Amino acid sequence: MSQSQRHIISILLENEPGALSRVVGLFAQRGYNIETLTVAPTEDETLSRLTMTTIGNESKVEQITKQLNRLIEVVKLVNLTEGPHIERELMLIKVKAVGAQRAEIKRTADVFRGQVVDISSSVYTVQLTGTSDKLAAFIEAIGPSCVLETVRTGVSGISRGEKVLSL
Amino acid sequence: MELLSGGDMLVRALHDSGVEYIYGYPGGSLLHVYDAVYKQSHVKHVLVRHEQAAAHMADGFARATGKAGVVMVTSGPGATNTVTGIATAQTDSIPMVVICGQVPSHLIGDDAFQETDMLGIARPIVKHSFRVTDPVDIPEIIAKAFHIAETGRPGPVVIDLPKDMTMPNERFEYNYPKKVKIRSYSPPQRGHSGQIKKAVDMIFEAKRPIIYTGGGVVLDKSSDKLRELVDELGFPVTNTLMGLGAFPGTDERFLGMLGMHGTYEANVTMHHADLIIAIGARFDDRVTNATGKFCPDAKIIHIDIDPSSISKTITADVPIVGPVGSVLDDMLALIRSSDETIDAEALASWWKRINDWRPRHGMRYDKNEDGLMKPQEVIEAMYEATEGKAYVTSDVGQHQMFAAQYYKFDDPNKWINSGGLGTMGFGFPAAMGIKMNFPEDKVVCVTGEGSIQMNIQELSTCLQYGIPVKILCLNNGSLGMVRQWQDMNYEGRHSSSYMESLPDFVKLVEAYGHVGIRVTNRDELPQALEDTFNKYNDRLVFLDVKVDEKEHVYPMQVPLGSMRDMWLNKTERT
Repeated sequence: MSQSQRHIISILLENEPGALSRVVGLFAQRGYNIETLTVAPTEDETLSRLTMTTIGNESKVEQITKQLNRLIEVVKLVNLTEGPHIERELMLIKVKAVGAQRAEIKRTADVFRGQVVDISSSVYTVQLTGTSDKLAAFIEAIGPSCVLETVRTGVSGISRGEKVLSL
Repeated sequence: MELLSGGDMLVRALHDSGVEYIYGYPGGSLLHVYDAVYKQSHVKHVLVRHEQAAAHMADGFARATGKAGVVMVTSGPGATNTVTGIATAQTDSIPMVVICGQVPSHLIGDDAFQETDMLGIARPIVKHSFRVTDPVDIPEIIAKAFHIAETGRPGPVVIDLPKDMTMPNERFEYNYPKKVKIRSYSPPQRGHSGQIKKAVDMIFEAKRPIIYTGGGVVLDKSSDKLRELVDELGFPVTNTLMGLGAFPGTDERFLGMLGMHGTYEANVTMHHADLIIAIGARFDDRVTNATGKFCPDAKIIHIDIDPSSISKTITADVPIVGPVGSVLDDMLALIRSSDETIDAEALASWWKRINDWRPRHGMRYDKNEDGLMKPQEVIEAMYEATEGKAYVTSDVGQHQMFAAQYYKFDDPNKWINSGGLGTMGFGFPAAMGIKMNFPEDKVVCVTGEGSIQMNIQELSTCLQYGIPVKILCLNNGSLGMVRQWQDMNYEGRHSSSYMESLPDFVKLVEAYGHVGIRVTNRDELPQALEDTFNKYNDRLVFLDVKVDEKEHVYPMQVPLGSMRDMWLNKTERT
């Protein structure tokens, strides 16, 4: 049995009511795990693009992609992790920022190429984009104890080069 | 240009889809549609007594013909009552179109009277589902529903139809699409030629081959091609519970059913094979036993239209995704045009080994001397009485296994059972659906006193429409399969497996206007069968046959073992 790994599955889905529930329901029904899920319409408004990350060994992920392909509304599907790809996740994070902390958090945000997008007397809200690892590293760097709230979009991804996922 | 109401369009579209019968039950949200049904004569409605039976009737029809059966039920409880029937069809890949009424659109989400989220409830047990949001779409949705239900790996499709989509006074242009196109749905049409070539190479190299086929061969109507392949190769064949009849049960090359209650020779031949050619079968847990111990020497060719069936439980060496019939055609052509031949010498010695295993087969039983019959001998007698040509439906349990083992099906689409989901209450309505469409054929429901009571209300439907099916009830006064497991694994503690307070079935069926015959002794059976199939040929006959409650189904694979690990009877193990 091969090792469990994180996979990014990207799906072109008919933009119809109920389509998303079939995808999500499939994971619950068959005992698969969803780590992150992000979905929005594409430039073609009849299609949604859905990106999900899941963890499993090779045969499990193969079964997941096959089961997803059985859904009538799944138009196309790619496992991005099988080839070179770009992945991004956006995080908004509220951190305690008082006294010397204020400069330190700003410096750390700069290092991670984040931006402070909102300020109050005791709180900074930082916006950060990158791989999931990078976002986790930022939280580690500022110290989890000063984190008040985080919200992450989940992973979006696209393959490198000329390969495209389209009709 | 013809203008039709939504209700009229629905009925017209069903007619244009080739539908003769719909099975259903009316209710508030469907009254406009039922009025549309009333006003025409092409599409006939069959009123069941419980919606679950409507789904099983449609299912029986579909299994016998390959065409989608149609169910029509009202919103709320009408819809939810079909759930077991839909799941039964989904598990066995049976085409079905289920039209569910729904409360008017403006009430959806308000917890209105008889409102339920049928699309949500049915989502995990359908191939696809639709909600009608504009009456103009009705013909196209119906056409798409049939297309999806019947092509690729078949399955049930649910259509949620809010009442305001069918208003009699709102009329629209009717357009039934000549051709259905769904951009995200294109089932495979051919197998990959490179893979087929690899498979044929393996066939030529094989020393100990076996062909293992399932319901997919029946569904793709490829039984003739399977027979051609076996004629060409001379390999042994085994069928799954769902695949019986795809290859003649009386043929010398047929080893019987395989799996949990399969024959000794089928399971042992599988175990020792060096090549398994799996055709339209899915290596289900009732076939493989422990997957880690499954057929250690075998290379596997797996032909299936659904890629998700391939390498799901057992890894295939040569997967071939495609329709069974087309792949078999391509394989046959390649085999016939090849310079190579199969290894005849190896095959002869393989057959010698198989024929040595055959006498050990576990499908034997001893008859009681006191005249109390074993269930097996009842099936054998019914096989003789119907000359092996009946449509046989079954419920679920011991009687199902005995029917599968002892009725030798020579033709596909004749053995109709809920193999995957294991739905008690399936057999009787399924038999009704078949009999209505094949009035000249013998249709027998093999059942038990437990299962038959799960849809016995349909005796009333049979009287209304004159559906003379034959019900063969193997009455052992207990839930036999449950009891068997309790005997084997729970030291005979028969927890809730004893059917106390059974009705007098003869009186019951007579009350419904049919014929009941009770058989308690072997001597009475021949006359009872004679009366059932001749004297009362045009009547529904309920044959209540008392059988030995102590009998177990054997052979039976030992749990967590390999294919060949079996109990052959209560005391003998392989």
